[in-house]
This record gives sequence, C-alpha cells and structure tokens, in this order.
Amino acid sequence: MSKYTEDDLKKELETKEYEYGFYTDIESDTFPVGLNEDIVRAISAKKEEPEWMTNWRLEAFRHWKEMVEPEWANVRYTKPDFQAISYYSAPNKKPKYDSLDEVDPELLDTFKRLGISLDEQKKLAGVAVDIVMDSVSVATTFKKTLAEKGIIFCSISEAIREHSELVKKYIGSVVPPRDNFYAALNSAVFSDGSFCYIPKGVRCPMELSTYFRINQAGTGQFERTLVIADEGSYVSYLEGCTAPSRDENQLHAAVVELIALDDAEIKYSTVQNWYPGGKDGKGGVFNFVTKRGICEKNAKISWTQVETGSAVTWKYPSCILKGDNSIGEFYSIAVTNNYQQADTGTKMIHLGKNTRSTIISKGISAGKSQNSYRGLVKISPNADNARNFSQCDSLLMGNSCGAHTFPYIEAKNKTAQVEHEATTSKIGEDQIFYCNQRGIDTEKAIALIVNGFSKEVLNKLPMEFAVEAQKLLEISLEGSVG
Amino acid sequence: MSLKEKLLSSYIAFEDHLEDDSPLHDLRNKAIKTFETNGFPTKKEEAWKYTSLNSLLKKDYSIFPKQDQAVEFKDVRKYFLHDIDTYKIVFVDGVYSSFLSETTHDKLDVCLMSSALNKPKYKPVIEAFFNKVAKEDSLTSLNTAFAKEGAYIHIPKHKEVEKPIEIINFSTGNEAAILLQPRNLIVVGENAHVQIIERHQSLSNNAVLTNSVTEIFAEKRAYVDYYKIQNDGPTASLIDNTYISQERNSNCNVHTFSFGGQLIRNNLNFYQKGEGCDSTLKGITILEDKQHVDHNTLVHHIAPNCESHQDYKGLFGDASTGVFNGKIIVEKDAQKTDAFQQNNNILIDEKATINAKPQLEIFADDVKCSHGCTIGQFDEDALFYLRSRGIAKKEARALLMYAFANTVLESVKIPELKGRINKLIAKKIGVNLGFNV
Repeated sequence: MSKYTEDDLKKELETKEYEYGFYTDIESDTFPVGLNEDIVRAISAKKEEPEWMTNWRLEAFRHWKEMVEPEWANVRYTKPDFQAISYYSAPNKKPKYDSLDEVDPELLDTFKRLGISLDEQKKLAGVAVDIVMDSVSVATTFKKTLAEKGIIFCSISEAIREHSELVKKYIGSVVPPRDNFYAALNSAVFSDGSFCYIPKGVRCPMELSTYFRINQAGTGQFERTLVIADEGSYVSYLEGCTAPSRDENQLHAAVVELIALDDAEIKYSTVQNWYPGGKDGKGGVFNFVTKRGICEKNAKISWTQVETGSAVTWKYPSCILKGDNSIGEFYSIAVTNNYQQADTGTKMIHLGKNTRSTIISKGISAGKSQNSYRGLVKISPNADNARNFSQCDSLLMGNSCGAHTFPYIEAKNKTAQVEHEATTSKIGEDQIFYCNQRGIDTEKAIALIVNGFSKEVLNKLPMEFAVEAQKLLEISLEGSVG
Repeated sequence: MSLKEKLLSSYIAFEDHLEDDSPLHDLRNKAIKTFETNGFPTKKEEAWKYTSLNSLLKKDYSIFPKQDQAVEFKDVRKYFLHDIDTYKIVFVDGVYSSFLSETTHDKLDVCLMSSALNKPKYKPVIEAFFNKVAKEDSLTSLNTAFAKEGAYIHIPKHKEVEKPIEIINFSTGNEAAILLQPRNLIVVGENAHVQIIERHQSLSNNAVLTNSVTEIFAEKRAYVDYYKIQNDGPTASLIDNTYISQERNSNCNVHTFSFGGQLIRNNLNFYQKGEGCDSTLKGITILEDKQHVDHNTLVHHIAPNCESHQDYKGLFGDASTGVFNGKIIVEKDAQKTDAFQQNNNILIDEKATINAKPQLEIFADDVKCSHGCTIGQFDEDALFYLRSRGIAKKEARALLMYAFANTVLESVKIPELKGRINKLIAKKIGVNLGFNV
C-alpha cells in the first residue's frame, strides 16, 4: 500500500469540489439592482411593515451612507459594489402550506440533496425547522408544540407584524443600527430572518433550527435574527447554512442579536458552509456578520461555531456580560482551505461583578488560505472578580497558508484574572509516527489528530448538529477526518 | 506653532548648517518628508491604540540645546555602574561630554556618531549599516532627519570586549523643555562579544522628551547583551526605537527595566536574517502614579531554525498603565522556528490598567509558536504562608514580587548590574530585604 502523505492530502483538498454546488430553478421575485431610499421603502412595504420600522430602516440607511467600509480585518478582497446588488429576492410562489406535500417539489429536492430533508429533520429528535430560502421563510414545523409553551418562533417579518411591541423594544438594542458598516446596511435592507421569544421560566423543549440558503444569482442575503430569552428560560438555537456554487462573489451581511434576561440561558450554534470559492480562489461568499448577545444577571450565552465555508469571513460573536454573575462562552472551529480567508473571534465585555468567560478557538488552515483569530477581552473598572480563560490553537497544513492571532486584552480592575494562551503547530511527525507504529495508517492518523484537535468544540454542539459539523469538516478537509 | 511645524522649520536651519556634500543629505531629506507626511502617530494607528503622545507634544521643546553644559562627576556618579570598570559614552543635553566619558579606538571603536558620520575612515561602515535596518516610520524618520550625535560602537571580528560599555544620556534641565534625539549605531563583528548598558537620566524636573533610535547589527556568531535601564524622573518621557539585525547563529539579548519616567514607549524590533539565530527579549516593568509604559515588540523570523524567547513581567500600582503589544511574524521560509512569548501582569491598585495585545502571524507550517498572557493577583495563600512565618505584610508582598520578576532578573549576566537593579526594585517598592536575588 502506498504511503498516504500530507502532500497527498493537500492534493486531495485542492481538487475537492464543492459538493453542494447546484442551483435550484425557482422563479424569483427580484428587485432591481442598486440601493437608495426607495428600495429601502419598497422592502419595508413588501413586508407590510409598520411605519416605525420603515423609519428605523431609513435612519439606518442614512447612517450607512456616511460610513466607510472597514479595512482593519486581516483579509484581502475586492470590495463589493453595493449598487450592483439586488436587495430583495423571494421565491415568488409564496407558499403557505399546511403540510410538506404542498411545497414546491424542486425546493424539497434541494434540501434533500443537502442532506437536510424536512422528513429527516422531523424524525430527528425534536428539531423545528424554519427554512429560509432566499430571505423568505417557506416552511415552519413544530410550531404548534412551541405555541403551547408560549414560545414564539417565526420569521422576523411576521414578528414585526404580529409581535410589534417585543420587536420594537429589543431590535437594535444589542447591535445598534449605527454599530458598524455592515450592521447599518443590514438594518436598512434586511429582508427576513428569525425571531424567537421564550417566555419566563420556560425551557424550550426542542432545539430551534434554521437553515439558510443563498439561491438567487446576484442577490445579497441580509438576515436579521433576534432571540429573546425571558427571565429563567432556556433555549438552544441552531443555525446552519450551505450555498450553491457561484462564480461571482456573493455578499452575506447578517445581524444576530441575543438577549438573555435574568437567569436565562441561550445556546447559539452555527454551522457555516457557504460556498468557499473554487480552488483557484474564484467566487465564493463574503460573510460579514455581526453577532452579539447581552447577558443580564446570572444569565449565560454560549456561542458555538463551525466555520468551514465562505471565501471571506469576518465575524465576531460577542457577549456583553452586563449583569452580575453572568457567563459568556465562545467555542469555535474555523477551517480554511484553498484561497479562503477568515478573520474571526469574539469579544467578551465584562461589565458586571463575578462575570466569567471562556474562549476556545481552533483554527485549521490548509492550501493557500489565511486564518486569523481576533478577540477582545475587556474588564471594566466595576467588574470585580471577573475571570477569563482564552485558548487559541492553530493547525497549519502546508507552508502556503497562514495562521494569525490578534488577541486584545484590556483590564481595568485589579481583581481581574485573565489568561490567554495561543499555540501554532502542524501535525507532528512524532504524533503520526506514534500512530503508525500502533498500526494506524497515516490517513487515519491525521484524521484522529484533527478530530482530537477539534473535539473540545465539537463536543459543545448539540447532538443533531454534531453530525452535520462532522460532515462539513469531512468535506472541507476530506481525507483528514474520519 | 505646533511641535511638528517647529521641527520642520528647524530642519531647514539644521540642514543649512551641515556640510552639503554629505551622502546622508538625501537620506535626511527623504526622512523629513516621511515625517512631514505622517506626522506624530495618533491613537488611530493600530500600533498606537493604547498610547497617546498628545499631552507630550503640547510642550514647547527646544530642539538645539546650548553647548557645554557642565555636570560635576560627583553629582552623577550614582548613575554609572561605578563598582566596575566600563567604557562610557556620555552625553549631556545631547552633547558629548568628553570629561565624563571613557572611549577607545584600541582594537575596537567605542566613540561618537558625529565623528563616524564625518570622518572618511568610517565611511564604509556608515554606508553599509547606517539606517539600513531602521523602519521608515514617522518617529524613526524624525530621528534620522536630525541624526547627528549618539554612540558609535564597532567591534571587529573575534573580539571579546573585556568590560561593559555604558551609554548614558543626561539632561540638565537648563532648558524648560528639551527634545533629544540620540542616534546609536552598534556593529558587532563575526564571533565578537559585547555587553552594553543604556540609560537616560534627567537631572531636574523640567520636561524631557527623548526620541532615540538604536541600530544593532550582529554578524555571524556574534553575541550581544543589551540592557536598558529606564528609571528616569517623573517629567521625562522616552520613545525608544531599537532595531536589531541578526545574521547566522548570532545571539542577541535585550533586557528592559522600566521603573521610572512619565511615558515610555519601547519599540523593540528583531530581524532574524540568518539561520540558527537566538533572540531574547525580557523586561520588568514596575509602575506607580500615572506612569505609562508601552512595550511594542516585534520578532520577525525570516530564516529557518531560529529561536526567540520573550518574557515580560509587569506590576502596576496607583493609576499607572501598562501596555504590551508583542508581535511574532514567521515567514514562509522560516521553518523549524521556535518562538515563545510570555507576558504576565499584576494589577496592584484599583485604577491601574493593562492593555495587552500579543500577536502571532504565521506563514510556515513546521513551527512551534506559542504565547501566553495573564493578568492576576498575588496569591493570598502564599502571602498568608509568609506572614504566618513572621514576615511583615510589606516584605511578604515584596518577596512575592521578586519571585514574580525573578525569571527576568536571573538572566542578567553582569553581577554588579543585577545588584543595582535589585536595589532599584527594592527602592521602588519601599523595602530592604537584605539579600540579593
């Protein structure tokens, strides 16, 4: 048997095509390209939004016009032309189905090919799926069970119409419209997204899940997610995405806001597998996402992410630990291959007393990719006894890729305890040798090591998602993960 | 008139004054243009995010001090490492003091930048090394434009310098505020060994701003030990730009002891250009009042099989601010690099601040790179243990501080210097332990 070496692995990685690259032909209701106040108004009108929402969007748009695209991230790309994007696209046979049978079979087929067919999902223990296909939610399951508990889980446009008070109170409270360039853009033009409200003391009985897809050529995807966990409640929210193969770059600028009130807990997991671009670096999705959560007293927010896709990723799920004794967690695996670039990490802002945060970040770079961790741990003067532990490990495969670490630590309280650790290494020859001499061949050995390297984070994913995450790691680093 | 405008207009006068045929003429003009374009760095620049020069730049500095400031040796004796024999290069208000100095041309050159720049016999060295490793950032360029005086040290091949070299810059306070821009060039030949101690000391409470640039070239197998003692008065500020270029199998160690001064910014840059280099960057920072110290280090691994070790310890009292911004870059070809960086901090008082930004930028796969950064407190149990053995609280804390800083202190290779730093630390924390660590 010929020896499986890292070179073979590299070759395999390069030639590995994007498996989910297909295009579903559904007639779309698409706006003309370009962005101006009329487009913003039109989106708002299309969504039948109340006036305050329209004004909120317009204000965000006015701020956005004055803002400049940020350049500080460690990524290089051709800036998207914001006037060449269509800001709204919805499958035009707007379906309101009672059962899956009525759903456009072509659409169902898309999901089947992704391996996330609704039937399968339904069978998997308690997963409700709110499917977003090009911005508009077309199918929601398990809504009834949730409604019995008083849980609201719907698309954000529906929430704006039907739960206006809640949305008005919380939207923009964690990520204000003028927070940054992409958040402002999203606030102005978001077309859809998910909304979730867990009432006081309710433990959400199932994992809430949304799958996102970008389907229409030349359309941007701007979702807005708002999760509110009222006092003493618990919710685990899953978000996953795959996008079909495209040669031109597609822009994805989402905003996610989490609000954990006193004693509440939110677990937010993401598996991101947008189209990463071809092996020559052509095409791929730009993923510029703002995700942030706020913790009140004794609350906990936990972010888990598996980032395998996108040509350019620019994403920092953050926690504002406002209440005393609140907890923030961030677990991340970021895999980059070919010409992918990722600049990702987290911010932990400690404001309350006895707040704790944990950051575990694993970066794997292969091919000609660049993978950066960028994080901030900030201990404010009033955050007595704040505690942080950060660990960032990078694994390099081949010498054409790069791994970078940019942690920022700011402490203004003498009782703070902050620890940060970062390591960079490759798969050790001695590790492989050890496996070999135990009768494990090199391919399996690499799989074992990568698996072990990511285990800490994979373990944090809910069971249903762990399967998907494994699958994505497999696709991204075929041959190295068993 | 802002300081920038003043500097730009002074430059014209300064350049007129110099002999025009100097080959450095173009270099100077280019440098002042860089400074004119970029100006002083502001907090908007990533590298200056945590350090603002604004308050310093408001003062009306005199740029060309009057000549011949007399300083009595007995007044400044304590600033020298007087227990042992050393070479000394001493400047008073930026002007060379032959009276206080002890230079040599015997087998090695320990002398002045002004003579090196002007005398033809040094021309090959100046052409080969001057401004060759310094970055073209705004502050370094400002220094280059005005570069006139400083230390010039050239150690030839295989020469082991028998005694340490001290570079001391005094400022007398005869001017209300003074801007000093010393420029040092140190070339250490193949297999040569040298130990250098650098110190800036103000003798009054008038404002001093020093923008110093030091270039060090370590040839093959050269061994350089460099110590920076920063224990200046509360009105003195220092921007230290040090650039070190290392050739094959050379070994460079820089220790920085920051205890005094109003604002200190250390830009310490290592470039490992040959295989098998070893670099060590260590520092102890102990601050109080409103002092601000910013360590900005860069280790650029360009060649394979090199090592770098960084270890910075900081203790921050009162409303002081400590900044650590350490960057390690490993180039694609620098395989088998072993780079390590550690930064440990203790906040002693309520209002003290620490901003740390340890960074790794890695482009090679077969490397061992790690960094660690911690912020914490004294171990209460250890404190209790010491006190239960009859050691007073203050002394017990001091012992723990020594223990905390010891990994840096123990690698100081000049015993007298180590003793001196020990005393400085003891004085700084107000104890007398009666032993040397």
